[in-house]
Amino acid sequence: MSDAQILIENFLNALTAGILVGCIYGLMCVGLGLIFGVMRVVNFAQGDFLMLGMYTAYYLVTGWGLLAFLGPYAGPLLAAILAGPVVFAGGLLLHRFLISRVSGLRTTGSLDEGHFGQLIVTLGVSLVLQNGGLIVFGSTPRTVNTPMSSSAWVLETHIFDSLVFLNKARLISSLLAIIAAIALYFVLERTRLGRSLRAAADNPTAATYVGVDVDRAHRIAFGLGSGVTAVAGGLIATFLSYSPFVGLDFVIIMYAGVVLGGMGSILGAFWGGLTVGFVQQFSGLVLPPQLQNAAIFVVFLLILLLRPQGFFGRSAERA
Amino acid sequence: MRPGAPSRLRRHSLILAALLVAYLALCALVTNSYYQLMLTLVPIWAVLGLSWNIFSGYTGLISFGHAAFFGLGAYTVALLLTMLNLTPWIGIPLAAVLGAVAALLIGLPTFRLRGHYFALAMLAYPLLMTYLVQYLGYHEVSMPMRREAPMAFLQFSDPRIYTLLALALLVVAMIISMVVENSRFGLSLMAIRQNELAAEAAGINARRWKTRALMLSGAMAGTAGGFYACVLLVVTPEAVFGMLVSAQALVVALFGGVGSYWGPLIGATILIPLSETLHAELGEIVPGIQGVVYGAAIILIMLLAPEGLYWSIRDRRGRRAASLAPGAMPVADAAPITTVRVPAMPAEHAAVPRSGRTLLEVRGLSKSFGGLKAVDDVSFSVPEGSILGIIGPNGAGKTTMFNVLNGVLPADRGEARLDGEQMVGRKLHQINHMGVGRTFQVVRSFPRLPLLDNVLVGAYGAGLPDEEAVVAAREAIARTGLSRLTDVPAGGLTSKELRLMELARALAGRPRLLLLDETLAGLGREECDAVLDVLGGLRAEGMTTVIIEHTMHAMLRIADELLVIDRGRVLTQGQPRGVVEDRSVIEAYLGRKWMAQTQCST
Repeated sequence: MSDAQILIENFLNALTAGILVGCIYGLMCVGLGLIFGVMRVVNFAQGDFLMLGMYTAYYLVTGWGLLAFLGPYAGPLLAAILAGPVVFAGGLLLHRFLISRVSGLRTTGSLDEGHFGQLIVTLGVSLVLQNGGLIVFGSTPRTVNTPMSSSAWVLETHIFDSLVFLNKARLISSLLAIIAAIALYFVLERTRLGRSLRAAADNPTAATYVGVDVDRAHRIAFGLGSGVTAVAGGLIATFLSYSPFVGLDFVIIMYAGVVLGGMGSILGAFWGGLTVGFVQQFSGLVLPPQLQNAAIFVVFLLILLLRPQGFFGRSAERA
Repeated sequence: MRPGAPSRLRRHSLILAALLVAYLALCALVTNSYYQLMLTLVPIWAVLGLSWNIFSGYTGLISFGHAAFFGLGAYTVALLLTMLNLTPWIGIPLAAVLGAVAALLIGLPTFRLRGHYFALAMLAYPLLMTYLVQYLGYHEVSMPMRREAPMAFLQFSDPRIYTLLALALLVVAMIISMVVENSRFGLSLMAIRQNELAAEAAGINARRWKTRALMLSGAMAGTAGGFYACVLLVVTPEAVFGMLVSAQALVVALFGGVGSYWGPLIGATILIPLSETLHAELGEIVPGIQGVVYGAAIILIMLLAPEGLYWSIRDRRGRRAASLAPGAMPVADAAPITTVRVPAMPAEHAAVPRSGRTLLEVRGLSKSFGGLKAVDDVSFSVPEGSILGIIGPNGAGKTTMFNVLNGVLPADRGEARLDGEQMVGRKLHQINHMGVGRTFQVVRSFPRLPLLDNVLVGAYGAGLPDEEAVVAAREAIARTGLSRLTDVPAGGLTSKELRLMELARALAGRPRLLLLDETLAGLGREECDAVLDVLGGLRAEGMTTVIIEHTMHAMLRIADELLVIDRGRVLTQGQPRGVVEDRSVIEAYLGRKWMAQTQCST
């Protein structure tokens, strides 16, 4: 094999891996983007919802084996999707009893708009979930067993006859992620519920005047955002091993994606997540492995400084 | 120093000294080495919390990245000792300098961002440093043992000496915080937190103050990190650059109370022993339980005291004092507060007879947003010592024109001259320094600070020295008739008084021209009249005013000339009576509904 061929092959593989991982990151970011876009709350516990999604999938498939009868292919994928409603319910409760007390109409108009309180509460929730996870789930790294994680389809391309490896778990997960993102997009754009969510996002006070129950809209946005991220978690669980503290690694990636796409834009969040996936995989070609994540943050900072409204954001946050 | 600061500082220093004595007594009693370490960690995290508070607490710009400065300090001290054999006595001051330099470099690009964007950008810096440090191979730096010279290398066998040094650091950090909070430094930062735009319009160079605050904060965090390295002797990226470090800084400050130097102190004193004890007592039995209890504890406190312990205790005590002694606070007075204006001191503001000289000259001013011409080729002039009223329907471009005039927005075309001097192209605070005072539609105050301090912001912004600033502020308060409320916290003022307070804030900078944006909005007829009397009085002293207002009767009473604007263009300018009687103009352009509005008072 010539040097050029190796280079091309590496490039093509980074490209496909970037797309596959990026789509799942995209879905993960959509969840956070929804919460941030509608509620303007910086949620530190988002990474832990991802973790909860991973463990829900684990218990459904491997731990309790409820879905084991579906076989090693359909079981894990259905489990990832079911993680959505489970965490959605948890998100609703969390918002009802905690988050709503420090956010929403209650704090708009107050100095700093309640940001300080929200930060502490979501940090506290994050601590409780991580450490509670440690107690309940244990510290042993887990993974959802499926033969897909270690097998790949091989594409023979005509460009220098190079081979492209498509990991089965990643490919199918990313397809599901795209479907989930499109479904959510339709819910937001085409339904009454979606309209009330967008109204509450645009101007909570005005939305109240036209009869939107802003508190309910926020609660649903929080639940949906948590659930969507949990689905992404369930999908990631098919090809990655994880522990209860895995959320910390992902929460930053999520914020990078959401900021890249433009805060408040759901579609943008997906593209942002995709970009993060790309940057991560491509930087592997030129940078030592320790600096791969550093590349994400350099891109993150550059975008923030050069185009703070992101790719899709409408305008920068006003003073 | 702000008025009343010396006595407050004296009282607080005494409290601090008493707390120190108690803490030292506790240190002398404790012999268990684990608890001794805990006693050392409390002041270190308190210093980090104070450092976070100096920046984020006062400016309201949340930093998720204080671990960047803390870790930089720790690695500086550790690497200098291992590689160059340089003592921490030199390393720690260097860590402080590096912290300040890092803050300067981080601030340069990051201050372009606001709100959540700023907070999230700050998150990236410690992570970048983590990866960089790992890449360079410093996963774990152990400081070499230098037991033979404990004093020279800060390696004492008696852990209590570390506690003493940590306390000394804390005292220095407290003194810095006390000075900052009680000086124009702190007040300027608080004004930025309240409303950055209004602070700039009051003459405060927000960018410069924020940079100073972040540099001071970075230096303090670097020092804390450097000393932390000496206590732990081993430095790892997770321990000093980790997200939990940034979170710890924020948690102790928010828990204790943001924007007060007592906050981080209270937060660290309660939370650090709590988390360490939980870790030691429960961590062995059920790993993770300490994190759950800690997380639940901070959630609970935030629900009960959303602004932190310090403020909720203080407010509760304040309320009790008020209910015990009604009438002790002037706010509680049932009698209506009469506004008695005191004219400015004649020596400085001799009643200038109207000279007929033009003070403000606007020519062809234009500003578009995309295709929308918000201000379209507007020209007018304002003679010195007169009041020009600007009217027009909502969305006519009145506020945008003010924003272009005082530098909030850049003009596309045209010019504006104040006494012949060009205003277009200058920054907000520079235009303030030229002598332009401005008020905004939304009034924001420091609810817990007395009226005097609220007004003082304007005088500080104009760059007056301390003594003179207080004189100017008192004078401005007298000119707006609020003298008897000078020491009342702004939180207890009525909306009329708040409007006048904002006017006083603009006056405290001793402007030549006032731009007032809907100063009368939301006021009842009698309140309106009171404010109009103040404006009329100011005119008698020679003040030139441009006022945006919807209330027609008010305009007829006060304005010397009226300027009617619609869709960014000047419809007409002239004597108020003439403009109002030009019904065809008003009816044609502003509609019948607006005609009806001119009859009523709201």
